[in-house]
Amino acid sequence: MAVSIAPPAEVPAAPGPASRRGRGGPRRRENIAGYVFLSPWLLGLLGITAIPMLLSLYLSFTNYDALTDFSAVEWVGFDNYRKMFTADPSYWHAVRVTVEFALIAVPLKLATALGVALLLNKAFKGVGLFRGLFYLPSLLGGSVALAIVWVNMFNREGAFNSLLSVFGIHGKPWVNDPDWALETLMVLAIWQFGAPMVIFLAGLKQIPVELYEAASVDGANAWRQFRAVTLPMLSPVIFFNLVLETINGFQGFTSAFVLSNGTGGPVDSTLMYSLNLYIKGFTELQMGYASAMAWVFLVAIALITVVLFSTGRFWVHYADGEER
Amino acid sequence: MRGRTLVRLLILIVILAIVLYPLLWMLGTSVKSREEIATNIGLWPDVFTPGNFRDGWQNFDVSFGRFFVNSAMVAVLTVVGNAVSCLLAAYAFARLRFRMRKIWFAIMIGTLLLPGHVLIIPQYVLFKQLGWVGEPWPYLPLLVPQFLATEAFFVFLMVQFMRGIPVELDEAAKIDGASPYTVFRHVIVPLSRPALVTTAIFSFIWAWNDFFRQLVFLSDLQDYTVPVALTLFIDSTSESAVGPMFAMSLLSLVPVFLFFVAFQRLLVEGINTSGIKG
Repeated sequence: MAVSIAPPAEVPAAPGPASRRGRGGPRRRENIAGYVFLSPWLLGLLGITAIPMLLSLYLSFTNYDALTDFSAVEWVGFDNYRKMFTADPSYWHAVRVTVEFALIAVPLKLATALGVALLLNKAFKGVGLFRGLFYLPSLLGGSVALAIVWVNMFNREGAFNSLLSVFGIHGKPWVNDPDWALETLMVLAIWQFGAPMVIFLAGLKQIPVELYEAASVDGANAWRQFRAVTLPMLSPVIFFNLVLETINGFQGFTSAFVLSNGTGGPVDSTLMYSLNLYIKGFTELQMGYASAMAWVFLVAIALITVVLFSTGRFWVHYADGEER
Repeated sequence: MRGRTLVRLLILIVILAIVLYPLLWMLGTSVKSREEIATNIGLWPDVFTPGNFRDGWQNFDVSFGRFFVNSAMVAVLTVVGNAVSCLLAAYAFARLRFRMRKIWFAIMIGTLLLPGHVLIIPQYVLFKQLGWVGEPWPYLPLLVPQFLATEAFFVFLMVQFMRGIPVELDEAAKIDGASPYTVFRHVIVPLSRPALVTTAIFSFIWAWNDFFRQLVFLSDLQDYTVPVALTLFIDSTSESAVGPMFAMSLLSLVPVFLFFVAFQRLLVEGINTSGIKG
């Protein structure tokens, strides 16, 4: 997990007289070669990322609707942003739905992942098979097929109610109930705990056994060992998973789209931010407004990442005691 | 101590049953008749109804075979695009010294964190202006970005991998007069095969499962990929479509499942070392 994101170390220049050659020498040749190899990426950065970003910033100040010509685009200043924050209840509703989803699903997913990882951490026969099968739902990930199965499972006649009826509980059509639709999506997200679980397993493997031995010599029981050794030693990995899953959680789209057939229903209960953005941009063709939503989203994700990183300083411990 | 292991195993088996239940239920439902879907709550069907597969295959004006071909084409070309373009970029970042390298690298890491939803509207506008949305080239908006190394994650993965290849190999080749291109071709590409395989597997699975971009950019029924086509079943929520819908959903998972079976160890190790998502 010790993946650093610093640029690769300088490649030392070829020794000897070769490096002292002037124009047309290896130095210059490598400069050119660098840009030749980088050219597809540079083109992509420019055409697929940078220009579209600037375009969307511009569009966010217009009333662009994707149907009329570009020349008919009207500059509306901060109107889109003003509308978003003050005059569009569905916007704040979507924010609330998304935050609620992330706040509940992400911690539960991580807790499940960590719990199962702890159970799998001891070697026993068939551990690899378990690990693989727990990972399978993550791999099938945000597929439409899985969302379809999920929605049907929590339908009135779905498997979940059948299970409840075994215990004499009369279920309800969970996915059609505004109070429960989002919860079924949370359960789907938690069910896909395999990816963070595998990362936790890798982290657990790196904790030195000596620490547990020392702790048990000091008379620490299993819970105390977990609190005093496992959690702090694992905190960088917990942090990594937390950042990754939070960002993922905020971007949930497919399952909400499938459950509500692209509407965010029932009664806007599954109107996730990105689904709202899709509806505004591509269903209602308010592309200027949706661009403004996208930019606020980008800033929000950046802020959340910064906040997570700043809180991380208080609880993430690195073995070498180094500040990062 | 043995007792503890047994308890641990029992808990794991219970969790595994919960995890696998939805998938098994899907399998069972795909071969149940319309009546049985409503009445039989078990996993196992009383009567096998393979007809769901036939009905689902032909449920729309365009056969599902067409959707599978479309999806396969998009996924395979995505693999090729990512493998080639990300390898080129990664070689430059990991091995070549050129002006502003550090700045470009920082920007590349920055794009790693950029949510796709932010770019989708301007990209749509841009591609539409270029005449790339709809006929005659419906897949350009899906494929062009993949050939331009915009999947920064794979660039990063390959840079990390190439750092592990001994620099002495490059230097020896350079002393023998090899150009950066020769080094790339004869040293880096052959040695990067594990990273390439990981990239290929994950870009196939991601492209196959992708829904958001395909939903936005594909407008004609005949161009639909499998995920977009599956949503047609939801539009026509007649009760009779549940069996066929499950049959097609199941089929749509088969390629990913086969990848899982074939590369299980590699997939699990892959996210170990890189934090790749499923």
